[in-house]
Amino acid sequence: MGTALDIKIKRANKVYHAGEVLSGVVVISSKDSVQHQGVSLTMEGTVNLQLSAKSVGVFEAFYNSVKPIQIINSTIEMVKPGKFPSGKTEIPFEFPLHLKGNKVLYETYHGVFVNIQYTLRCDMKRSLLAKDLTKTCEFIVHSAPQKGKFTPSPVDFTITPETLQNVKEGSQKSGHPCSRPSSVLPGQRQVCRVKRALLPKFLLRGHLNSTNCVITQPLTGELVVESSEAAIRSVELQLVRVETCGCAEGYARDATEIQNIQIADGDVCRGLSVPIYMVFPRLFTCPTLETTNFKVEFEVNIVVLLHPDHLITENFPLKLCRI
Amino acid sequence: MAVFPWHSRNRNYKAEFASCRLEAVPLEFGDYHPLKPITVTESKTKKVNRKGSTSSTSSSSSSSVVDPLSSVLDGTDPLSMFAATADPAALAAAMDSSRRKRDRDDNSVVGSDFEPWTNKRGEILARYTTTEKLSINLFMGSEKGKAGTATLAMSEKVRTRLEELDDFEEGSQKELLNLTQQDYVNRIEELNQSLKDAWASDQKVKALKIVIQCSKLLSDTSVIQFYPSKFVLITDILDTFGKLVYERIFSMCVDSRSVLPDHFSPENANDTAKETCLNWFFKIASIRELIPRFYVEASILKCNKFLSKTGISECLPRLTCMIRGIGDPLVSVYARAYLCRVGMEVAPHLKETLNKNFFDFLLTFKQIHGDTVQNQLVVQGVELPSYLPLYPPAMDWIFQCISYHAPEALLTEMMERCKKLGNNALLLNSVMSAFRAEFIATRSMDFIGMIKECDESGFPKHLLFRSLGLNLALADPPESDRLQILNEAWKVITKLKNPQDYINCAEVWVEYTCKHFTKREVNTVLADVIKHMTPDRAFEDSYPQLQLIIKKVIAHFHDFSVLFSVEKFLPFLDMFQKESVRVEVCKCIMDAFIKHQQEPTKDPVILNALLHVCKTMHDSVNALTLEDEKRMLSYLINGFIKMVSFGRDFEQQLSFYVESRSMFCNLEPVLVQLIHSVNRLAMETRKVMKGNHSRKTAAFVRACVAYCFITIPSLAGIFTRLNLYLHSGQVALANQCLSQADAFFKAAISLVPEVPKMINIDGKMRPSESFLLEFLCNFFSTLLIVPDHPEHGVLFLVRELLNVIQDYTWEDNSDEKIRIYTCVLHLLSAMSQETYLYHIDKAGYARPHTSPHLVAGMKAAVRGSHGKVDSNDSLYGGDSKFLAENNKLCETVMAQILEHLKTLAKDEALKRQSSLGLSFFNSILAHGDLRNNKLNQLSVNLWHLAQRHGCADTRTMVKTLEYIKKQSKQPDMTHLTELALRLPLQTRT
Repeated sequence: MGTALDIKIKRANKVYHAGEVLSGVVVISSKDSVQHQGVSLTMEGTVNLQLSAKSVGVFEAFYNSVKPIQIINSTIEMVKPGKFPSGKTEIPFEFPLHLKGNKVLYETYHGVFVNIQYTLRCDMKRSLLAKDLTKTCEFIVHSAPQKGKFTPSPVDFTITPETLQNVKEGSQKSGHPCSRPSSVLPGQRQVCRVKRALLPKFLLRGHLNSTNCVITQPLTGELVVESSEAAIRSVELQLVRVETCGCAEGYARDATEIQNIQIADGDVCRGLSVPIYMVFPRLFTCPTLETTNFKVEFEVNIVVLLHPDHLITENFPLKLCRI
Repeated sequence: MAVFPWHSRNRNYKAEFASCRLEAVPLEFGDYHPLKPITVTESKTKKVNRKGSTSSTSSSSSSSVVDPLSSVLDGTDPLSMFAATADPAALAAAMDSSRRKRDRDDNSVVGSDFEPWTNKRGEILARYTTTEKLSINLFMGSEKGKAGTATLAMSEKVRTRLEELDDFEEGSQKELLNLTQQDYVNRIEELNQSLKDAWASDQKVKALKIVIQCSKLLSDTSVIQFYPSKFVLITDILDTFGKLVYERIFSMCVDSRSVLPDHFSPENANDTAKETCLNWFFKIASIRELIPRFYVEASILKCNKFLSKTGISECLPRLTCMIRGIGDPLVSVYARAYLCRVGMEVAPHLKETLNKNFFDFLLTFKQIHGDTVQNQLVVQGVELPSYLPLYPPAMDWIFQCISYHAPEALLTEMMERCKKLGNNALLLNSVMSAFRAEFIATRSMDFIGMIKECDESGFPKHLLFRSLGLNLALADPPESDRLQILNEAWKVITKLKNPQDYINCAEVWVEYTCKHFTKREVNTVLADVIKHMTPDRAFEDSYPQLQLIIKKVIAHFHDFSVLFSVEKFLPFLDMFQKESVRVEVCKCIMDAFIKHQQEPTKDPVILNALLHVCKTMHDSVNALTLEDEKRMLSYLINGFIKMVSFGRDFEQQLSFYVESRSMFCNLEPVLVQLIHSVNRLAMETRKVMKGNHSRKTAAFVRACVAYCFITIPSLAGIFTRLNLYLHSGQVALANQCLSQADAFFKAAISLVPEVPKMINIDGKMRPSESFLLEFLCNFFSTLLIVPDHPEHGVLFLVRELLNVIQDYTWEDNSDEKIRIYTCVLHLLSAMSQETYLYHIDKAGYARPHTSPHLVAGMKAAVRGSHGKVDSNDSLYGGDSKFLAENNKLCETVMAQILEHLKTLAKDEALKRQSSLGLSFFNSILAHGDLRNNKLNQLSVNLWHLAQRHGCADTRTMVKTLEYIKKQSKQPDMTHLTELALRLPLQTRT
């Protein structure tokens, strides 16, 4: 067992805003007294960009990852070389979250090609015989509430075979098994490549209460299956992130699924509205972000699966904000 | 060894009695007396004072307005208080009940009149079963190795498959196929356990995974007949999970300083708790599939209390809407039931959600008859009439939640909306089973109309009538409608072809009939049931229902003469042809008879019927019958026998007992009861004749005695026989049947050698000596008054008994024999008195005795009238020869006692020697004439013996000495002063 190093951040939810003071304690616990060469604490905030293999090819993606952008970085020396007594020692610390120049403290975001992350790292240097001890701990930054009044932007939609765009007019058989909608990319309405004439008749109506979303509030709306010849298997909400990275050769834009929430299971009652409701997951979403080097945007797909194997998707770009 | 002669002290019983009696001391007002009330008001004081001058003893009772025993203590009786604290189980129970009370207060709105889910749970599990194979599809394994227990019951193929699967790490998919229902239940139980284990070992994510996988099973409607049971099993797991999460978060709010009150507000919860709670909700919100997301969120609904005050009231409507997304109507109705259940538990005041669930349900009601469902039924090979009954558990629950304390208007509205939907049998049924019975009962005629209009193809109609019947059993319809309701309903019921359907319906309606109508209608109904159940022996499959019918009839007809005049009642009983069931029914009848019959009866209808019933019970006894069962049956039959009385017609009474004996010869307690009854009969006769039997009554009494004499030997219990011999002998003696009494006593004496050393009491073997001692002492008391037979020697019974005692093989290390001899000494002393302590007196003076122990009690000695039996005192008149014989016997007995005391001179027996010596000393003191030198010397020796080895209890010795000194003050006892001087007290060194 030996010595343990731990960082405890004061706030239970670890959420801080620009201008606030990040405070907490470093806890050193050990049975015996600990000899050390100094303890330091580093706060760091970076944006990591990763190029997708699809955009630039496998090797480039592997080697050519864009250099991380540093947002904030500061180190303090907490304790000079010396000795900790046995038992538990708590050392309090404080970091003001101030930025130099015109840099912005972006909101924490965990994505695929874009990652915005803030960490605290505590290092305890020790003599040659003992290993140095390190403990890292993430804290979360929420961007400041956006100024200006929030205006909801409701959207009504109707889906019928006629409104579908991506239908192949060719002679492929209907009922061809589709892959899951994770491969569905931001386009407009589409359905698995099926002849329009072979599609069963259906009429779906609905609305989203707003495509401008407050990140702490759920996405809401309603969907009514007015009629459908084929039985409905499932209706799902697919939350998609669209990440754009700028680089030397231009930019790469990739859409990937964050989560898929089923809102209807089985052949739902006709004419009865089914609620659309999705909570935005923490960390995996952030207010829609546009900078010179990268962009993070979000979209939602309403995916309807019909018997036996038809897949219908309706796409809505979202604008997330924090108020 | 010197022989000590015995000299009995002459006793003047009257004087002794007078001197021993406690003196009545008048109690002045104001004197302390424990039984006097403490509270005395002023006005009363005056009154009592005045009264006290005339009769002071009555003062205490006259002012006793408040019971002193209860007034001293504040409400609680000390014994029960003490018992409650002394008994840990009771204490736990008390705490439990207080906790339950607190729990109930928590759910302030839901009272105890709300039928809880736990009641429904068992019913559903029992009703919805399947023989088809089930499967569980899990994406992560439960604990490794545990699966092994379940595999035992499975086919080889599945087993190998499982073994492969067992090796997979968490996250792999497991599919268990071909599970029987029991296996399935076991698996679910295992999952429940592994959930608890995972939680206990801090694997919260694994716990959540288990719960998600389990609730996913609820979206699977294959083997649809089992769905309701599956719902019950899986929601149990969800409940467990909900409780674990809530308690965990609750415990986070509790720190060393303060405990969160039961009704806390979100501000009281600390940040860590809130954050944890929020985390759970975020995690659950991202569950992909609808049904697991719904169930898991509903299961932790209560946790919203940590986040905001309005959390629950916002969540419930949203979850209600969420259910609209569930396509399968069966799955969705059960989801609604679960939501209502959680809602009622957590926030019973939020009625709106319940109503919304109901109306949403009505909107989707048409789906039941939609294509998707029909296709599914075809695939599974399930008919609509067996599909629809899967709905009621969930619907009933929803309806029950809504109708609980609901205003009449809402119920009426709900009913109207149900009416509007086509084929509403299903709805109608749930309305009837969930709404208040009074509500239904007042509209019975409407309901009958609606039931008639229902479409026959869907929901079975007999179930509807059953539900209606259940309501009518609880609440009364308007007076004017009652007969019409019965007629209308029975018209339909009687047309039911399937005996099972019929009996399920009829059983319920019997209650209504019994409640409101006379025996004529009940008779008709019973006749109809017989008619339906007899063909093809249909009754064999319906014993439970038939039994219920009997129970209901009995419950409403307390007058057995009316009950048995219902013509079809006995033929109805004949349908119970399986013996165990028949006996059960007989027991019910007898139980009711004992409970409700107030007066003794001689009604031939009742007697005939009940004798038949009792005979049935008796005849069921065989070698394999359990002791308990026999005791129960005997108790019931005895209850009946005690209730039969022919008044003054004693002969008929006796012949009834004779008949009973022949009928119930296999049950010993019944025979014992019969002997007691016959003895009682003899004593009754004596009482009626005021002790002077006429020729006729003497013959009758002898018949009674003969009855007992020939019945007793057929009993098995040795002490039962002994005591009954003694008792019957006493009765014979009291009725001047001297030779019969002798026969009884001789029989008892000859039985004594057969007493085994150990006897079985309540299944445990115990030494019999103490029982034998008790019996013999009792016997001696009786022997005092038994006159000697002219053809036998003096005291022949005592001698015979002494011989038997002498020959009996006593326990090696016991003094019982000597104790008995000491008692004999007492008897002989009493016999040598001029006038005995008690005699057989004239009837009517003492009360007739039914218990053998009473006979030996005190009786006033009244001589010189008819109807009494002369004892030896008047027979011998203090003849010196008789006294000599008596003293000779005493000497022999004393020699025996002394001999025994000598053998006790060894180390380990010294204590016994001391106590026996002292007891002998006391006997001499009480019964011997100490003016006799030898006896005097003997007593001094015994005193020394008792103290010799320091074994005597000093306090006892001191008390004894004090007694002697006190006695010496009495006129004839002055010689005791001298004795007291010769008895030194040993001081302990």
